[in-house]
Amino acid sequence: MGDAVSATTNIPRLSQDEIESPPLSLGQLTWRRFRRHKMAIFGAVVLILLVLYSFIGSFFLSEKYANYTDTNLRLQAPSSTHPFGTDSVGRDVLARTIYGGQISLLIGLTAVTIETIAGVLVGAAAGYYGGWIDAVLMRITEAVLNIPELFLLIVMAKEFAGKIPTITLLGREFSGSVIVIVVIIGLTSWMYLARIVRAEFLSLKENDFILAARATGTSNNGIIFRHILPNSMAPIIVTATLGVANAILAEAYISFLGLGVQPPTATWGNMLDGANSYLESAPWLWFFPGMLILLTVLSINFLGDGLRDALDPHSRAV
Amino acid sequence: MDNHSTPLLQVEDLRTRFHIPEGTVFAVNGISFSIKEGETLGVVGESGCGKSVTMLSILGLIPIPPGEIVSGKAIFRDRDLIKLPESEFEHLRGNEVAMIFQDPMTSLNPVLTIGRQITETVRTHLGMNQEAAEKTAIELLERVGIPEAASRLGNYPHQFSGGMRQRVMIAMALSCNPSLLIADEPTTALDVTIQAQIVELVLHLREQLHMTIIWITHDLGVVAGLADRVIVMYAGYIVEEALVDDLYENPCHPYTVALLGALPRVDRRRDHRLNSIPGAPPNLLVEPHSCPFAARCTYVIDKCRVENPPLLSVAPDHKSACWVDIKSSTTGITR
Repeated sequence: MGDAVSATTNIPRLSQDEIESPPLSLGQLTWRRFRRHKMAIFGAVVLILLVLYSFIGSFFLSEKYANYTDTNLRLQAPSSTHPFGTDSVGRDVLARTIYGGQISLLIGLTAVTIETIAGVLVGAAAGYYGGWIDAVLMRITEAVLNIPELFLLIVMAKEFAGKIPTITLLGREFSGSVIVIVVIIGLTSWMYLARIVRAEFLSLKENDFILAARATGTSNNGIIFRHILPNSMAPIIVTATLGVANAILAEAYISFLGLGVQPPTATWGNMLDGANSYLESAPWLWFFPGMLILLTVLSINFLGDGLRDALDPHSRAV
Repeated sequence: MDNHSTPLLQVEDLRTRFHIPEGTVFAVNGISFSIKEGETLGVVGESGCGKSVTMLSILGLIPIPPGEIVSGKAIFRDRDLIKLPESEFEHLRGNEVAMIFQDPMTSLNPVLTIGRQITETVRTHLGMNQEAAEKTAIELLERVGIPEAASRLGNYPHQFSGGMRQRVMIAMALSCNPSLLIADEPTTALDVTIQAQIVELVLHLREQLHMTIIWITHDLGVVAGLADRVIVMYAGYIVEEALVDDLYENPCHPYTVALLGALPRVDRRRDHRLNSIPGAPPNLLVEPHSCPFAARCTYVIDKCRVENPPLLSVAPDHKSACWVDIKSSTTGITR
């Protein structure tokens, strides 16, 4: 570090602080790449606002109010007492979007949890064990993929409707149809994730560190869940994130068809049910829940995109 | 030979094959050897001669299929490892027998901290709680010469250099005080100076822990400084087995002679060209019926092409598989 050296070279000199600071962890690197992604930040912020809207809103308006019908007040345009207007049986649309949001977001998250568990288990077993286990699991996956998802959803929703009793969770009553929808969406969407996880496992299990792990006596389960799974988290997180958007959309489809979550429980999807009769006369019926679905799905997709870039180990950007 | 101590590991007639779309690979063709407690056995041979496959077969780490262990025994403490069920292997591997791998850059899981990777082994095998396991991990890292071990437990493998990672691998291998350590070319992927440090470290640890070591390498120089006894492998066969000094002074198999001739030496002239062995190793897809080295051998006689020579004693503690007594032979080159 002589003066001659520093005087003649243009190499940027690191401050003592930079030299001594510990190297960035995986999480820090990911965050650095993620925050460059403007749309993803936008998506994350909007999502947080939507969650706050659905959950903080319930402190101001009770669920009873959201389900309270007053036929004298049906189809009122937005006003100061009903900022989003009222629906065809006189319920307040604002309150219903708040409680509907809770259900829609919960359906999205829980359905994806089921999807992720099923997809990871099937994909991991197929990819890790290979052989006939792989063959059987992948044929099942392909078979399920070949069934048109929407028809399967409709048939299963019809079949199980009303067979599940209402349950109470966290002080709220959930109609049995919510659980039916969650399970159905979860069980009809795991296939893509299973294929992704299988592909990841197929390539990751050939790594030297897997052989090294086996050589230290790690069991098959240990290798699958503690050694390979953490290495394939990136595509799983991205797929799961995008899965939330798909689950919310799927719920909206079948609820729109009247087969999903049954009123009085509100969801953004079943609020649209019936709104098609009032497309022009009462646009607030479809505008607000429709906008919320659109915003949610759009922000989740932006977020997923950002996560994909941020978690990509091949990305050179820091 | 020595009958006063039973060998720690006795391998008999081990044959491992791989069934691939192109045919069957005859990777290991009936090899037998043994290793006594406290001994260091060097296994040398070129790439693809079956060194690693032998060790992986013994540890039950051969993927089946495509692999198949056709026959053989590997007696380790009254248990035949070839027939051992997987559940018992999990207890044995990493606990009684540990292995270090060739490339430390790829043998550590990149997404787990090294602390986690070391503690996992001791927690599984020794049933320690997290706190005790971490204490052990720190001691192990200090023992293999990693400075500030306590603060490095939370680091990921990419924060270590190649030599340091190999030290971590060694620490992991030693974590349960294994009685047998199998080192599969642990210095091949490292710089020469780092190689020397790792060899030094293992020698030091061997002294401290009284370990039995099988050291696989294709570096005859490393073996000379490390091993008590050496096995030379070629095309899935053991072609020569001898005490280390004996092997270097008095090689009996033409392949060993050729290998030693191909070594660079500091006492040779700088313009001296290194000898190479003509030809290429035999195609392992063909079941061998002749001496596998016949096609490249300068001492070759007609018998070599029709019958594979067995591994026979040529002197006390010295075995060789060759039809020709190369000392008295008039054909071929002399070294």
